[in-house]
Amino acid sequence: MSSNRFNAFSNHGIGIGLRIPHYEHIFSRKPVVDWFEIISENFMTDGGRPLHTLDRILEQYRVVQHGVSMYFGSVTEPDPEHLKRLKTLVRRTNTPWLSDHLCWGSVDGTYTHDLLPLPYTWEAVERTAERVRKVQDYLEIPVAVENVSSYAAFTASEMTEWEFLNEVVERADCGILLDVNNIYVSSVNHEFEPMEYVNAVLAERVAQIHIAGHSKYEKYILDTHDHPVIDPVWNLYARAIELCGPTPTLLEWDDHIPSFDEVHAEAKKAERYLNRTAPEMAQAAQ
Amino acid sequence: MSTISLEQIQREMAAAVMTPLTPDDNMRKEAPDGRSMERVAASFIAPNSRLTSFERLEIYNRQYWYRVLGALAEDFPALRTVIGSRAFDAMSVGYLKAHPSRSFTLRNLGGQLASWLTTNQHFAARRADLAVDVARIEWAFVEAFDGAEHEPLTLEQIATLDGGSYLALQPHLQLVELTYPVDDLVLNLHKQEKRQATEAGVKHDEDDHAPAKLPPIRRKPTYLAAHRVDYSVYYLRLNRGEFHTLRAIRAGRPLGEAIEAGVTTARVPAARRPQLVRQWFTAWAELGWICAPDLDRLVRST
Repeated sequence: MSSNRFNAFSNHGIGIGLRIPHYEHIFSRKPVVDWFEIISENFMTDGGRPLHTLDRILEQYRVVQHGVSMYFGSVTEPDPEHLKRLKTLVRRTNTPWLSDHLCWGSVDGTYTHDLLPLPYTWEAVERTAERVRKVQDYLEIPVAVENVSSYAAFTASEMTEWEFLNEVVERADCGILLDVNNIYVSSVNHEFEPMEYVNAVLAERVAQIHIAGHSKYEKYILDTHDHPVIDPVWNLYARAIELCGPTPTLLEWDDHIPSFDEVHAEAKKAERYLNRTAPEMAQAAQ
Repeated sequence: MSTISLEQIQREMAAAVMTPLTPDDNMRKEAPDGRSMERVAASFIAPNSRLTSFERLEIYNRQYWYRVLGALAEDFPALRTVIGSRAFDAMSVGYLKAHPSRSFTLRNLGGQLASWLTTNQHFAARRADLAVDVARIEWAFVEAFDGAEHEPLTLEQIATLDGGSYLALQPHLQLVELTYPVDDLVLNLHKQEKRQATEAGVKHDEDDHAPAKLPPIRRKPTYLAAHRVDYSVYYLRLNRGEFHTLRAIRAGRPLGEAIEAGVTTARVPAARRPQLVRQWFTAWAELGWICAPDLDRLVRST
């Protein structure tokens, strides 16, 4: 059962990412949505419309924060200003847990603004886990790390990605945001069996699951979040739910964003799998 | 144990990823330090059955540049139109080489573009000064859009102050000094941009990478405030005296000195000063621009 200490024992069902093209629909129609995931960085401002919009959302909906720039795997220390702003936002949203990516993206204070993959080495395990632990201690809420989709593998790697993920979360004592689309994308790009990954993940630490679509190119797959979820990804999701139990699930759709109803309907397809394991959670999501 | 450290991998990869692309959007064959990029990639990235180490690194190289160029284009749409998209992209690459992102958020990426452009005018050719002005206005929009808002002082509260008092300005208020009166031009270009964005599939001119045709604009010192009302950003022209008074307040000068800076610069006759200053502060109080100073900051600066 994935109502656990890594998601503050929440009963969150199926959520969708809060995106600007949907604001008008949300405020005028007030659709029933179990929760919204926000990109933390979009609201770490001093004032103005972003925070005003967020406050209006918070009046009616549950919000969970998801970050894109904590870079747990970067060797240089995080920016204190970043952490301070993030904590201020955590207090504003009351997010029950917070997630960011198991990746790196900055060196010596210079940012690439990308989710760059880590080499799966013991050195990276230790450094990354230490940073996750520090951030979790500072924020005083559970932190979940998300597996990223990747296009490059490192000659230095000493273990598989799933072994690396498990080692980091055990040492950091944190949760996992399991992105089954990212597992699928990486499995094609790195030629491994995606179900082996899902089966190996420490199910008791999974705080949340991401589902999404992607784009196929001739020689690789790119994680673009601009398509519906494909069947092989649903299969991975079904297996993850079997292993983890009903888990807060979120559909990401970030580019070529269709109508709110279309995105919401795509997300709610997850109910098929949640229903099999926990009808009460599927019901909460309706 | 691996032989290459995490730190070495991250430095090598960041340097490669942030190396500008070729004109065809491919990764360069040569790294900035002269090494073969193929060898650099192979030193830490493993190939697979479909992609070489170079090709795998190239995916990240492209993603980096598409992302940062896209972010600048989003924040400076009028500048892009004024100098043309081709020149804008070249300018952006030059700017980002000099000022790569030092912030966790892309929101701050263009913070130094206007000042950098003043010393790198060749990117904007004959429209260099105009381009700097447009960049200043567009960056003022970004700052005004999500800047903090403090409780403003009322006119009655301001009236109790004397020349030695200190004030502060609303943080979202941006003061912009321009060489050209380009605020209306920027507003029109933003409207056009918005219209194009909502007309999906609209066919643009074949040569829309070229600078746009603009109405003739003559140089004229122009003073502008970008500020926020009800979560929307507006531009307001200021006269020279107002601008210099507000700028002195923002610089932390005492009220008397700030007013003196404004009326002297604007050469306001002594007899007109009391009435004019009253008019200024009445308008600013109504707009909510005047705030109490941050005491900690005041103590540090005095």
